[in-house]
This record gives sequence, structure tokens and C-alpha cells, in this order.
Amino acid sequence: MKRSIIKWTTLTIATLMFSIFGAIGARADMLRMAVTTSFHNSGLAEILLPEIKKDTGIEVQLLVVGTGQAIRLGKAGDVDAILVHARAAEEAFVAAGFGTHRREIMYNDFIIVGPASDPADVAGAKSITEAMQKISAARPKFVSRGDDSGTHKKEMSLWQAAGISPEGDWYAPVGAGMGAALNTASGLDAYILSDRASWLNFGNKGDLAILYQSDAGLFNQYAYLPVNPAKHPHVKTGLAMRLEDWLTSERAKELIDGYRLHGEQLFTFNAK
Amino acid sequence: MSELWSGITQAFWLIVTLNADLVEITLLSLRVTLSALGIACLISLPWAALITVRRFRFRRILIAILNALMGLPPVVVGLIVYVLLSRAGPFGVLGLLFTPTAMIIAQVLIIVPLITSIAHQSLRDLWVEYHDMLISMNTTQWQRVKTLLWDSRRALLTASLAGFGRGIGEVGAIMIVGGNIDHATRVLTTAIALETGRGDFALALGLGFILIALAIAVNLAIHGLSHTEREGRW
Repeated sequence: MKRSIIKWTTLTIATLMFSIFGAIGARADMLRMAVTTSFHNSGLAEILLPEIKKDTGIEVQLLVVGTGQAIRLGKAGDVDAILVHARAAEEAFVAAGFGTHRREIMYNDFIIVGPASDPADVAGAKSITEAMQKISAARPKFVSRGDDSGTHKKEMSLWQAAGISPEGDWYAPVGAGMGAALNTASGLDAYILSDRASWLNFGNKGDLAILYQSDAGLFNQYAYLPVNPAKHPHVKTGLAMRLEDWLTSERAKELIDGYRLHGEQLFTFNAK
Repeated sequence: MSELWSGITQAFWLIVTLNADLVEITLLSLRVTLSALGIACLISLPWAALITVRRFRFRRILIAILNALMGLPPVVVGLIVYVLLSRAGPFGVLGLLFTPTAMIIAQVLIIVPLITSIAHQSLRDLWVEYHDMLISMNTTQWQRVKTLLWDSRRALLTASLAGFGRGIGEVGAIMIVGGNIDHATRVLTTAIALETGRGDFALALGLGFILIALAIAVNLAIHGLSHTEREGRW
């Protein structure tokens, strides 16, 4: 009986080992980058990644998460670099030594989406602050990301700037990604703050439409932050640097500025 | 309704044209869940038999725990595996996070209690019948385990298929530990979650239909290979 148990245990461990080591080893030029859902949903990633692979030989594996989680992954050293859009959190990340530096790459903008009938008359607002005040006064349904993402942080700062602390039946934090939150807003006929890229690429618009846009307060800067090898010696700093060089190159500028979705330019390259 | 229909058409075209991405994520789905199933069976079935034939102090508690763990939320398993495999965690040096291996580990943890519990139920029924005979034949414990496992192999097949079903349709754990990385850890279920997030319900539904078809195909294949559900057999 003992021998049989040993045989069985060996077989189990062997199978486990086989499946573990089958996965390790390969892909020397692989770099993991956590990016925000808005960057990925825009479809730009699908344009850039093959070009990066072609020009630099780096295979970039994207983890599509909210900015809050992306920063967490960077802090734990589970990714080699992050591409996010929440300036205050990014600066804290670098200040705490988790990232080597912060490099601005490109920007796009946020928009207020809501039911086309616009019961809160957001379209008539003169500034984003006024738009937020109109929403909180009319109390239509408003869906919030509620997931500590860059978009959520932006929304909170907009409420704060308008002197409002949003709460009540009308305010629905869903704790989900941009797409899932847009689905909820579409189902509830609710207002929501979205980045333009996710909205344009979103397939379930229902009765929703863009109600407020093009305000300086809705500017959305994306930045690239390599994870600090001093904190996590295993991160692939060399690859992260090469990727940064590519992301700030003329080639990247051409691709980012040239990316159109339904005839609209989504991102503007502004790396220095 | 129109979305259901366009989901069906999309699924049809994806299959007919053998879409490269679809083939890739389908194969990864199969690879992850079948590996997890294989490992889980190697762990579960002997344990289920041992629990059946042996009497030990914490047996009842162990069975109760196993039954309770059948309903383990995958997202919790995912989170635990994530914390363990993260670079900041105890097994971080292995660098397994966001690899198919991490997904296999999570799925093994999810389906082991399920297979063990179901297998134990059927082995126990058989043990009631075999108990006196096997004792009187003065068999060793290992012989009893082997006899029970072999003679209830059809029921054990059902137990493993239940495990397969739970694994192939699972999204909570593999989303967390795999990360849904394109061309690396994206499987059918996480792709469905992604397309739902993009509001592309038709494609999401199409992938869903493919997932269902895949599960049916695997079940049929296993029945075919093991000659069950045939005329004159049980």
C-alpha cells in the first residue's frame, strides 16, 4: 500500500510540475504592463502592440484594470510598468519609491453622457462645475464607477470642485469597469462620466448621448510609470526603458495622433 | 431578441471561418480546465476512497467541510491564489501570477472539493454493499480502495464531468489570477466578460454559445471514449 501511495503522489506532483514548468521559461522579451480600461477599450492598444513588437521585439502583455488596481499591481511588483491617468495617485506612487519616474504620453478627454432627453439640462451648462451642480439639483439617476479608477477619481474631484458630496437614491456607484458601468447607465437611462474613447467604442448606447464635453476641466492625461527595480529587483527595467523610448518616439506620435474611431481623433500625443 | 439571433450568427461564422483568436482562446480554455481536472482527479479520487474505507477521528468534520467547500466562491479562491502568487506574497519568486499555471492552480482548488464530495457519495453507497465481502476476504486497505474506485468508475466519471463543468464555466478566479491577457491568459469566459464590458453583446453571446457547445462536445467525447450510455450498458 505504501508503495502505491508513493507512486500516486509522485504522479500527482509530476503532473503539477509539468504544468508549472511548461509555462515558465519562454518569452524572454515579455513585459507586463497594467493599463486602464479606458486605454484598452479605445482599441488603441490593438494598434500599438503589434507595432511595438515589430519595432522593438518586445511582447507587451496588457493587464486591463482600473487605475487603482494598476497602481496596486505596480506596488506589488506584479507588473513591470503601468500606464494610467490619475496624476495625484501617480505622483504618490513615484514619491513612495514604487516607480522610477512619471512620463506623460498622451491625453484625451472625459465627457458627460446621459439620456438624450436630458432632464437635468446638462447640455445648457456653461462649465463642468455648473453641469455637476445641475445634476445634483435635478437628481436624475447618476452611475458612478465607484472602483477607485482614474475616471472615478476624476468624477470625485469634479463633485468636490462643485461643492457637492454625492449621495442618495439617485447616485449609484457600481464598482465596475467603464464598460460595465456604461451598460448599467444604459439600462437605467442614467447620467455618467465616461472617457471619450470608451464611449465611442461602446456598442450598447441605447438612449444615451453625449451631453457635455470640451471643457478644460475634463482633460485626461495618461502617463507611463516604470516600476522601480530598487523595490522589485525582478522587474524588467531594460525592457521598460526601451518601451518608454518607443512610446515617446515619432513613430508612436504618428500612430496615436492618427488613430481614428468613427472619424474622430481620440488621443493626442504630448510626450516631451 | 435580435441580439440573441446575431449572437448565434456570429458564433456560427467564428466557427466556420476558424477565427484564429477564437481557436487560441478555446484551446487555452481546454488546456487550463483539462489540466486542472486531471490534477484534481489524481488528488480527489484516492482521497474520496480513503475517506470511505477508513475510520478516523475527524472524518465527519472533514466530510462536512468538503461538502461546504463545494460551494466555494471562485472569486475568493482567485483572491487567495493571487495573494499567494503575487510578487509580494510567499510564492512570488516563482513568477507564476498571470500565467496559465496560476489559472490551473486556482481551478484545481475550486474543483477538488466538488469531485471529492460527489465521488465520496457514490463510493459510500458501494462500500455499504462491498463492506462485508471485502472485510471477509481479508483485503488490504489499498486493495479496497482500488476495488471501490474501479467498480464505481461510471459514477466517478460523472463526478469528474461535474468538475469539468464547474471549471470550464468559471470566470471569477481565472480573471483575477490570469489577468485576461490577450494571447497569454485569455480564455472563453474572460473573453465573454470583456466583450460584455465593451457592450458588444452579440459577440459575447456568440462566445457563450461556443462555450456551451464545447462543454457538450467534451462530455460526448468522454462518454464515447469510456463506452458509457450505450445500449446494454449502464
